[in-house]
Amino acid sequence: MPAEAPPQSASSDLSADARRRMMAALASASPEDLATALNALLPLPAHEMVRAPETGLVMVRGRMGGTGAPFNLGEVTVTRCVVRLENGVAGSSYVMGRSKQKALHAALVDALWQLPDMTGKVEEAIVAPLAARAAAADATVRAETAATKVDFFTMVRGDD
Amino acid sequence: MYVAVKGGEKAIRNAHRLMATKRRGDRSVPGLTLEQIAGQLAIAVARVMGEGSLYDEGLAALAIKQARGDLIEAVFLLRAYRTTLPRFGYSEPVDTGAMLVERRISATFKDLPGGQLLGPTFDYTHRLLDFKLAADGELDAPLTAEVTETAMPRVTDLLSGEGLIEEDVQPEETAAVGDLTREPLSFPAGRDLRLQNLARGDEGFLLALAYSTQRGYGRTHPFAGEIRYGAVEVEFFAEELGFAVPLGRINVTECQMVNQFKGSAKVPPQFTRGYGLVFGQVERKAMSMAMVDRSLRCEELGEERTAPAQDEEFVMSHSDNVQATGFVEHLKLPHYVDFQAELDLVRRMRGEWFDRQAADQAAASEAIGSGPTGTSEKEAAE
Repeated sequence: MPAEAPPQSASSDLSADARRRMMAALASASPEDLATALNALLPLPAHEMVRAPETGLVMVRGRMGGTGAPFNLGEVTVTRCVVRLENGVAGSSYVMGRSKQKALHAALVDALWQLPDMTGKVEEAIVAPLAARAAAADATVRAETAATKVDFFTMVRGDD
Repeated sequence: MYVAVKGGEKAIRNAHRLMATKRRGDRSVPGLTLEQIAGQLAIAVARVMGEGSLYDEGLAALAIKQARGDLIEAVFLLRAYRTTLPRFGYSEPVDTGAMLVERRISATFKDLPGGQLLGPTFDYTHRLLDFKLAADGELDAPLTAEVTETAMPRVTDLLSGEGLIEEDVQPEETAAVGDLTREPLSFPAGRDLRLQNLARGDEGFLLALAYSTQRGYGRTHPFAGEIRYGAVEVEFFAEELGFAVPLGRINVTECQMVNQFKGSAKVPPQFTRGYGLVFGQVERKAMSMAMVDRSLRCEELGEERTAPAQDEEFVMSHSDNVQATGFVEHLKLPHYVDFQAELDLVRRMRGEWFDRQAADQAAASEAIGSGPTGTSEKEAAE
């Protein structure tokens, strides 16, 4: 963490994990869904743009054989943003895709989430519904895939 | 040498305008939306993302629309676009073992934890044209079933221990990972660079190479140990935050080829492996990549290098369809000065050739003159 990090920001592994989970929920949402979810926090707090939403590339890596040494697979578009609230708390985002609006919204949510008196509200109004929506979509994929499960059986050939 | 030409601006402008009209087609038919392309031509989109080496469905769909469905042209557009964006860095390696699996099959192990899941596949279809699809009729919703197992260990992880199947080499933490978008290709290339090259290589080229190994040009005895397709989480370590940020998920196909190997001076008999990993559901490419990866490991495994698919310089220098099409298609551009020079050269060579022919003929007839007929002529004269 940078030395000037405000005291409210996550510093322990535990809160870093919680913050990662929160960010994963935001990343999984469509820009529209995130924008809709953000309505629950209106009016949005005053903030300044530390780093305006910027689209760039992250080179995705895989591992040889699945678990071996890393190699470069190909790039993905990513948009990042940093905002600062009036009390100095900074919120950051890195989200896949080119939506500047989504990156800005994710950074705002990240900043609000770090305020002790807001964490609960952000979790309840934004993170939980988005995570539930993503989990439901995953459950559908699993259930549809499960219907295509096959049991092959080998047959002994009737050799004379 | 290529010498530039000037002019033709108006014709070029008009040609591009005509192309835009032809691309649009019959205007009484609704234009394609990017959502339609991304949603209904998903495998074409995946191929363009993979060979364009840029995962972005919207951009790939736009590229396909702009290229009138010419996928190599679309790949070219995507590659050109990526050069306009800054690189934030490298992701953490994706964990395909934690994939949200939509399809997972093994041709070598019948019973595996998590089961064989056919998922959305063309396999076992009869390849008969479906005229109902042309009419775009009612569609049955997919069936669902209770999910009993969610863990999907990789097949290759199930058989570790006995040494029957080669295990992945664990990397040194500090080992640098080659990136051919950053430094030019040089040989010999490590497996990291080979896999990156294959991952963005042309599907048709890799398919043909993989096929050549099956037909005996560097045989590798492959089995499809496992093919899986689904979503994996991408994480990016952000320096300023001090932890790996989840960016979202991408769909990938992973192929583990398992190859019978009779051993060598260096390695005991065992099953060796080839690895394929590609964006989207592009199984043919993932399989071809795994087979070519394995055949390119010939040196490491002490095999004799005899076939094109074992020659990394041949494979890696010709796998990139943007490079290949650039060099082949540039032949369409004006080469007038070039050709004028060649024309002069050929004219001169022809002149010299005819002169030589004439000289040879003259020499021959002179020789004939002193030959047997000549003698008889002489005799006649006498």
